[in-house]
Amino acid sequence: MKPNFLVFLAGALFGAGLGLSGMTDPSRVVGFLDILGDWDPTLAFVMCGALLVFAPGYLLLRRKCDLPGDSGDPISRRLIIGAILFGTGWGLGGFCPGPAIANLAALQVESLVFVPAMAIGMILVQRIFQADS
Amino acid sequence: MDLDPSHLFGLAGGCLIGAGSLLALVVTRKVPGISGIFVRLLRPRSNDVAWRLVFLAGLLAGALLVFRSSDHAALFRLPEGRSLLLYGMAGLLVGFGTRLGGGCTSGHGVCGTGMGARDSMVATAVFMMAGFATVAIFSLIVGGGS
Repeated sequence: MKPNFLVFLAGALFGAGLGLSGMTDPSRVVGFLDILGDWDPTLAFVMCGALLVFAPGYLLLRRKCDLPGDSGDPISRRLIIGAILFGTGWGLGGFCPGPAIANLAALQVESLVFVPAMAIGMILVQRIFQADS
Repeated sequence: MDLDPSHLFGLAGGCLIGAGSLLALVVTRKVPGISGIFVRLLRPRSNDVAWRLVFLAGLLAGALLVFRSSDHAALFRLPEGRSLLLYGMAGLLVGFGTRLGGGCTSGHGVCGTGMGARDSMVATAVFMMAGFATVAIFSLIVGGGS
């Protein structure tokens, strides 16, 4: 099979998984993050399902397919501050990049605002840090 | 905690996300984090763009397919007290934070963690805690949770 077809299939599996899991519903994501309120554990099930397939698959195919390994990147201040800012935005809207982009398929107006703003935030990092990332 | 159908949908959808991530990793030999894929389309470099566009096109197609075929998947409920302006701010923070920290829920949370990368596990723990804190504070200010 052509690589591009397989990559399309991979994206389709990912997008279908986001929708099916309920992660494109921002209230479900906020419900998971609302540990002091009416907690919704669904996101934990999603992460478990994803890791249950990905982690053993990676171990199995790593040598055979010559897959990239752990980058061994240090736990830097930049990593921690980035994660804090990301988590803050995630809690505000209940959107991380995947679900925000997936919701473009339904022309959700929140996505139409969120995704361009996300692009601006990313470009800012590149401008400020001349980033490799 | 009772097991309800949405938990099973979550588990099944998660398996699809894991399978899609693994397939993209095997075909491209690049870690397929969504924020990393998206950002490289903003400043395209030579031959590196095509598979990322194809992946995102697939993501939109897959999402559209399940939105059309399942009421469960199509559910979209705006969390309480969230305005469009807030979504703009949230997008800025998510874009800035994911690129500063080098990954999002998929790149660090699924792929990096699944590959046993310590920095990804730490990033995942940190962004989850920041999310918990943000929702707790937001609920205090706005009143009521989700």
